[in-house]
Amino acid sequence: MADFDIGNQLHRFPGGLKLRHHKQIACREPLRPAPLPSRLVLPLAQHQGPAGELLVEVGDRVAGGQPLTRARGDREVPIHAPTSGTVVGLDDVEVAWPPGGRAPGVLLEPDGEDRFDRSDRPADWKSEAPDALIECLRTGGLAGLGGAMFPTAAKLRGPFPPIRALILNGSECEPYISCDEMLMRERPAAIVEGARILARAIGAEEVVIAIEDQMGAVRKELNAAIRATDPDVPVRVVQVTTIYPEGGEKQLIQVLTGQEVPHDGLPQDLGLVCLNVATAAAARDIVVDGRPVVERIVTVSGPGIARPCNLVARLGTPVAALIEAAGGTTGPIDRLVLGGPMSGLPLASDRVTITKGSNCILALRQEDTARRQPVMPCINCGECVRVCPASLLPQTLFKHLAAEDYEEARDLNLFDCIECGCCAHVCPSHIPLVDHYRHGKGVLRERGIEDARAELARARFEAREQRLTEREAERQRKREQRERKLRDADAAKDEVRAAIERARARARGGSTGDGE
Amino acid sequence: MNLTVAGAPHLPPITTVGAVMRQVLYALVPAVVAHVWFFGPGILFQITLAVAFALGFEAAMLRLRRVALRPFLTDCSAIVTAVLFALSVPPLAPWWVALTGMLFAIVIAKQLYGGLGHNLFNPAMVGLAAVIIAFPIDLSQWLAPRSLSAGLPGVWESAVAIFTGRLPDPMSWDAISQATPLDALKTGVAENRMVAEIRDAPIFGDFGGLGWEWIANFYALGGFWLLYRRVISWHVPVAVIGTTILVSTPMWLIGPDINPSPLQHVFSGALVFAAFFIATDPVSGCGTMRGRLLFGAGVALLTLAIRRFGGYPDGVAFAVLLMNMAAPMIDRLTRPRTFGHPRGERP
Ligand code: SF4
Ligand code: SF4
Repeated sequence: MADFDIGNQLHRFPGGLKLRHHKQIACREPLRPAPLPSRLVLPLAQHQGPAGELLVEVGDRVAGGQPLTRARGDREVPIHAPTSGTVVGLDDVEVAWPPGGRAPGVLLEPDGEDRFDRSDRPADWKSEAPDALIECLRTGGLAGLGGAMFPTAAKLRGPFPPIRALILNGSECEPYISCDEMLMRERPAAIVEGARILARAIGAEEVVIAIEDQMGAVRKELNAAIRATDPDVPVRVVQVTTIYPEGGEKQLIQVLTGQEVPHDGLPQDLGLVCLNVATAAAARDIVVDGRPVVERIVTVSGPGIARPCNLVARLGTPVAALIEAAGGTTGPIDRLVLGGPMSGLPLASDRVTITKGSNCILALRQEDTARRQPVMPCINCGECVRVCPASLLPQTLFKHLAAEDYEEARDLNLFDCIECGCCAHVCPSHIPLVDHYRHGKGVLRERGIEDARAELARARFEAREQRLTEREAERQRKREQRERKLRDADAAKDEVRAAIERARARARGGSTGDGE
Repeated sequence: MNLTVAGAPHLPPITTVGAVMRQVLYALVPAVVAHVWFFGPGILFQITLAVAFALGFEAAMLRLRRVALRPFLTDCSAIVTAVLFALSVPPLAPWWVALTGMLFAIVIAKQLYGGLGHNLFNPAMVGLAAVIIAFPIDLSQWLAPRSLSAGLPGVWESAVAIFTGRLPDPMSWDAISQATPLDALKTGVAENRMVAEIRDAPIFGDFGGLGWEWIANFYALGGFWLLYRRVISWHVPVAVIGTTILVSTPMWLIGPDINPSPLQHVFSGALVFAAFFIATDPVSGCGTMRGRLLFGAGVALLTLAIRRFGGYPDGVAFAVLLMNMAAPMIDRLTRPRTFGHPRGERP
């Protein structure tokens, strides 16, 4: 493993953009709970990976926190009832991705009592085994709350080299989104405790919480929270400069350590695990309070929102209800975005509901999205090259994709594009570059042509399998050796014993003879 | 709610082609003003003529290609080509120079290759090269800068000269067919005179040619503004000027009698202009950052070589065109290493 510091010296990642962040507008009011809607709509899969196994039927009465699905492995994440009520339907529900698409879900009618069952939790997590902690997080339905919704258990448990540090990502670099900042302001102690739980679960030696330099007050509060808890694992706060897309896992790791996560690898290969601050706070709620992931903070903002704010919303709350809670819209809305303006998902309807990864609802009006010119030919200005954090050549990729030369684009590392949108945002020709890349990736996947990364991942997997087999064979060999040695030793002992016996027999024979 | 479902990013791009091109035009204003001051109002006629021809040709070709006129006529790219061309020809060049130049620049170099973004060669320099070759005499008729001539031609005299191809009466042909400083240097050296000697001639200023060096300063001023506005990146100007200084310094130190000083190289002819406005043309240049460094270095080297060994006093146009040919290759060779890929690997 490479030798590096974490956060003592900050580095730069290539490209990136300084964007106007528009965050303050949603931070003027304190966090408040969004009203409970008359019906919660819960897709079964709220994470990357397959849905868990359904546990309820229509007509079941459930308590808040009760699991509605069960995970059969680390890649599945269960969902829980966000409040007490009755299951009124099991049906395909509208989901954010694909826009306008539907997926299996549970319809829950709250009974208004908001009765909660605490789930199983350790009496004292500090003396709990790491694996039991991960198990607890897994059954608590933890998935990356930063937006990616990656199953946390799968991130914590795996065939990784020893983990050196846990990085908590508090640098939400996309404009408008401020849910993490609000969380850090209002629940710093929960984040720090969650960090310690996670550090114990993965055996990390230290925790680094990365925040942006514009969150000055947050730093103080986090530091106070760190001082207030017992220092079994060192926790540090590091301020990073705000450049989009710094909140990207790979970019943040590069900023903190100067290391690049290998394109066919994971942060764990560098001995790092990177999680969102909200994920840490949720980990604490699961382990300490016995409260699974049933709500999250959502930023409702954008020029189309009357009173931008941050709301604590139960999962399953429709977007429309949140917009209403934020004072409604300022007029006709042209686009609703789940996430930020640079990389968020466009929503096909406001009936889509909040899931574990829904960090922000952004409402944009016609005048916010209108383009000042039609799409023009690429003028090779190189702006896209200048801002690409993956050091790709966006214009060359585009040229090949437009010519339907998909293989060439793949060879130019199309799959290393993180779809951050920087290139499209600076393109004077208004070429929808990211759409081309998404489409190109889709075509390549469809054609069944494994992208370079998948191939390498497979190679890695195979290498690991082989390592494991070898290790197993080695162990087997050692075991046999040991057994043989034992047997040999036994045999030797037997011989010695036999010789003694013989000698004794002889002696006895003599005496016996004598005696008899 | 009627929602648009379109891919990210969800905010419009921060700039447009037209905006980029207009910034280039604004950046040229100081140099144009300086040009008028030193050489009279002829340049304004040249700009007007070239722009008119350029837009006319562009519109005609777009119509022929059955492409929407509006976005491409308003993107200002043809205007930029026209202005860059006009700034490179003598201020009293006759009207057919602008006509021929724009014919080659817009019709042949740009539209026949597919229009905006598809041209392999810098259109303004194609036009310039064409008229240098087609009208060598017209292209060598430079005016003497302000303080040297009895008086600069006024608006009326300039118009008559440009539109009739004949020079106004009170002015003598001599005052007009002034050799440019680079011309003078080249012929001087060929006649075995020393650079210092040649430089004593009144057309030379402190570094380059009288007047010319000031215009170069104003080009640089506009160039810095473009850098500040991030319309151009630093790579090309630094490479062009840096290479010129780097290569001409040792030559000057070894043979100061036959080689002009690095400052003279920089401040004469079209070097600064080319560094900020010509070699930075994105379409026909390099798209990678390291490629731009190589591209700029190549332009500088070829310019120096043509100035020293070639048949023309200044070789910027030809240098740029030659490097245009090499640009796709350079781009290919200078692809950056993708994030997370091993060092040394290049797609
Ligand atoms: S930013 Fe747009 S116009 Fe410029 S090189 Fe990239 S794709 Fe082409
Ligand atoms: S979207 Fe992809 S190609 Fe464009 S800047 Fe981001 S990583 Fe680079």
